Amino acid sequence: MGAGHGHRLHFHGHSAVHRAPAHLKVLALLGFMLVVVATPREAYAVFALWAVVLLGVIALSRVPLTYLLPRMVVEVPFAIFAVLMPFISHGPRTEVLGLSVSEPGLVAGIALLVKGSIGVLASLTLAATTEPQDLLRGLQRLRMPDLVVQIMGFMIRYLDVVTAELGRMMTALRSRGCDPRSPRHWPVLARSLGALFIRSYERGERVHLAMLSRGYDGSLPQAGEAR
Amino acid sequence: MHVPDGFLDAPTSLATGVVAATAVAVSLRAARRELDDRTAPMAGLVATFVFAAQMINFPVGAGTSGHLMGGALAAVLVGPWTAVLCLSVVLVVQALLMADGGITAIGTNISLIGIVTVAVGWGVFVLLRKVLPARISIVAPAAAAGALLSVPVAALVFTGLFAIGGNAPVDLAAVTAAMLGWHTVIGIGEAAVTGLVVASVVAARPDLVHGARPLLAERVLETRAAVTS
Repeated sequence: MGAGHGHRLHFHGHSAVHRAPAHLKVLALLGFMLVVVATPREAYAVFALWAVVLLGVIALSRVPLTYLLPRMVVEVPFAIFAVLMPFISHGPRTEVLGLSVSEPGLVAGIALLVKGSIGVLASLTLAATTEPQDLLRGLQRLRMPDLVVQIMGFMIRYLDVVTAELGRMMTALRSRGCDPRSPRHWPVLARSLGALFIRSYERGERVHLAMLSRGYDGSLPQAGEAR
Repeated sequence: MHVPDGFLDAPTSLATGVVAATAVAVSLRAARRELDDRTAPMAGLVATFVFAAQMINFPVGAGTSGHLMGGALAAVLVGPWTAVLCLSVVLVVQALLMADGGITAIGTNISLIGIVTVAVGWGVFVLLRKVLPARISIVAPAAAAGALLSVPVAALVFTGLFAIGGNAPVDLAAVTAAMLGWHTVIGIGEAAVTGLVVASVVAARPDLVHGARPLLAERVLETRAAVTS
């Protein structure tokens, strides 16, 4: 939290990937992932090619792999599912390392793991090389409805404010002997969340009034300009 | 619960993308009725709140933890259309800036977490509000019931999508049973937290709870004789 500029995943840099227009990066990511998802699951050579392409882009961006790899943990729940796949699938059985597993399940599990990993790594690369403000401008150029871009802008702008507020509430709870993870303390936790909702809502009202007093008429002028 | 890339095949992902885009477009029009010209800042802050609430994990058992999805919660607190917008924005930001949920699965994630949970949660809530006595105290239990149902239904819809466009030859009956069982447990956690949060907001600021507004209108001002000793 409190990452100053940028956001939690952003990796400061000036490479060609960092400087590329955000709307092109989003389109490239979307197109790349659609092609990866549509690749037949047994075309391992093609997957290797996609991985090389992705690693090439990462090398070009000069974001170290040691920065990206630990952040791939978001994938873990589905990786577990992919690993279980050979055991829960049906179809002809085969022997791998002395374990009897389903052959189509094994193929599907590997494909799932490969596609998912390429997807997470590619998304991380976009997140690491793109500032939120540039991303918003890029989405605007991609004709995303103005209101959605505005809502997203407000969310990104107040993300650290609200999560830090939640963090302070949690610190206050813990310092009074509350364990927010235990179901026994859910009533306390829920009251804090209720308070957080009221605070966020009222902050929204104040922001709206402040915008009105500065001439807000339904569109944001600064969304298109440089900061 | 965020679906990654490659879990469903490309045609299914594109189809859910179209569904999600349509729903967001409809919600954009309807949310203006719920929030008038305050839509952008209010929905933005509510989206931030939903994101923060999703950061809180609760143990589900077997050493794993689930987190709040917040569909039913957001629907009761700010109205269903604004809730769809807020959850969709949260999911897009999570996919693009936090690599949580695949970019080709954005449509699937919005359909499941943004639309199904909100629709089920709000539907159950409105139904119960009609059936139960019109008292402000029923808002929190009704919201909890909506949350309880919304999670397994979302899991069922996901299983349905998996049956159409899944990339794995697994036994569908077994997957359905596992998904339903697992998500009923998560749904109980979701219901408890949703009910308690709504109850605390109803106690402090009932005027902010969108789902409680029809009940508030029926309150009448009572004038009582002052008690003097």
